[in-house]
Amino acid sequence: MSRDRSLLWFLRLYLLAVFGFVFAPIVASLVFSFNSDRFPTIPLGSFTFKWYVQVWGNESMREAMLNSVIVAAVVSVASTFIGFCTAYTDYRYRFFGKNLYLGLALLPPTIPLVIMGLAMLAWLSRIGLSGHIWSVMIAHTVMCSPFAMAVIRLRLAQMDENLEPAAWNLGATEWGAMRHVVLPFTMPAIVAALCLTAAVSFDEFAVAWFVSGINKTVPVVILEILQGNVDPQINAIGTFVFMTSMTLIVFAQVLLLTRQKKQVGTNE
Amino acid sequence: MTIPTEHSRRWNGYLLTWRLPMIVWQVLFFLVPLIFMVVLSFWLVKNYRMEPALVGINWSKMMSRDYFWDAYWRTLALAAGATVVTSLLAFPASFALAFKVSENARRWAVFLLIIPFFTSYIVRAYAWQVILAQSGVINSLFSMVGLGPYTMLNSAFGTIVGYLALTLPLVVVLQTFSLASIDRSLIEAAHNLGCGRIKTVFLVILPLAKIGFIVGALFCFILSFGDFVSPYYLGGSKPPTLSILIIDTTKSGQQWPRAAVVAVTMIVTLFIIAFTAVTLAYRKPGRT
Repeated sequence: MSRDRSLLWFLRLYLLAVFGFVFAPIVASLVFSFNSDRFPTIPLGSFTFKWYVQVWGNESMREAMLNSVIVAAVVSVASTFIGFCTAYTDYRYRFFGKNLYLGLALLPPTIPLVIMGLAMLAWLSRIGLSGHIWSVMIAHTVMCSPFAMAVIRLRLAQMDENLEPAAWNLGATEWGAMRHVVLPFTMPAIVAALCLTAAVSFDEFAVAWFVSGINKTVPVVILEILQGNVDPQINAIGTFVFMTSMTLIVFAQVLLLTRQKKQVGTNE
Repeated sequence: MTIPTEHSRRWNGYLLTWRLPMIVWQVLFFLVPLIFMVVLSFWLVKNYRMEPALVGINWSKMMSRDYFWDAYWRTLALAAGATVVTSLLAFPASFALAFKVSENARRWAVFLLIIPFFTSYIVRAYAWQVILAQSGVINSLFSMVGLGPYTMLNSAFGTIVGYLALTLPLVVVLQTFSLASIDRSLIEAAHNLGCGRIKTVFLVILPLAKIGFIVGALFCFILSFGDFVSPYYLGGSKPPTLSILIIDTTKSGQQWPRAAVVAVTMIVTLFIIAFTAVTLAYRKPGRT
């Protein structure tokens, strides 16, 4: 029995260590963003807000922040729309070449970011679309729509497949059934997809770096600061970026999970 | 049930509204760019300008360079190393999550593990730089007990830590899902038939959860193979990996065709490895 106990304790400690490893960088950024010393190490200096004040006073950082927010907003709407269309098509129709269709929809995340960046840069500059803020939007929509598709498809899988036909039988048109049956049912997943894709776009640095030109987003500015010396401002920006995307991801997950539970509850 | 099929068969505006957006968008801005990149690898660069052509000079130039092959094998070795290390380090955690905690705790753990996967990798890499630096957090802790300082940055160790930060949460989640879906009675049966604890892990649990483990390892390989942040900021960028080679070649001027050669080589390599992995994952278990 004691061997069982020690194994259990080992596994528990191990789990703690894994979570420690995974969250260490987030905690480190948070702690050092309030640390007065220029070089982030322990023992800590005194508590300060000066890095946040410095970031706020940084013109190019404010501009990048605005760019990031605009890009994330547009990308989340565009990619969630495409993701919904794809998920609904996959749910509702069977057709020749469907595997090809799904491959086209889901492959982008498996292509390394650097390669996506190069291909996007080469193609967009060939057709005169590179170096603008919408170049980033175009590229991010490609990369984000698979995530939206996956989230919405999972929700559609929970929908009774007779629900839509029932609406038709009762006289609803296809559009009517979409509006009054499918859309309300998938709404939590749609909102979750909006949050998730906004977070992915907000954090994406590689492709944005290739195609953005002078219209940098926040992660691109961070990337360029990193190429220089240690700059404690990064901890402040980083903490802000972490908080933004963590909020979005937590919200998306809560939306998906709570609805699932409710669903189970009403079925029983 | 006649109406549904009638609705489903018709080609109408409704059907096209849902089917076309993704096709148009991904063809224009995903498929065509990738194809264009392949074409680009055969173009010429003259007087710092790219010219459409169909020449193999970029390919023969890159393939004959030692630094290209050095980078190729180094990238492959680093990604393979990361895959093995991550899969091994993830296993005890996913084993614990699948078998040793309550279902509620498992849900929370997965919830928490998904968060970092979607939070800025670039900032996390920077934080690791701070933690691993010569006078960083870990070395300060070591110096309190009179050890170190150890050099952790600008080495393969730094690169692997970065890859781990990138892929560990995802691999643990995938492994946990496949382990948790194993039929418990099969494990009990193994125990009842006198199969030892460790033997059960290797002969019953791992084969049953094979797909999740291979898919996890594959994702780990793909992500590490293509990543440039860890080898650049934690591994010291020199000697370069393939992704760093692409960036250097692209950013330092108009040598995009040569960068395209590197990119195409990477995609072909990834395709072969993904194909092998998927075949392995879904192969019917042979009788031994």
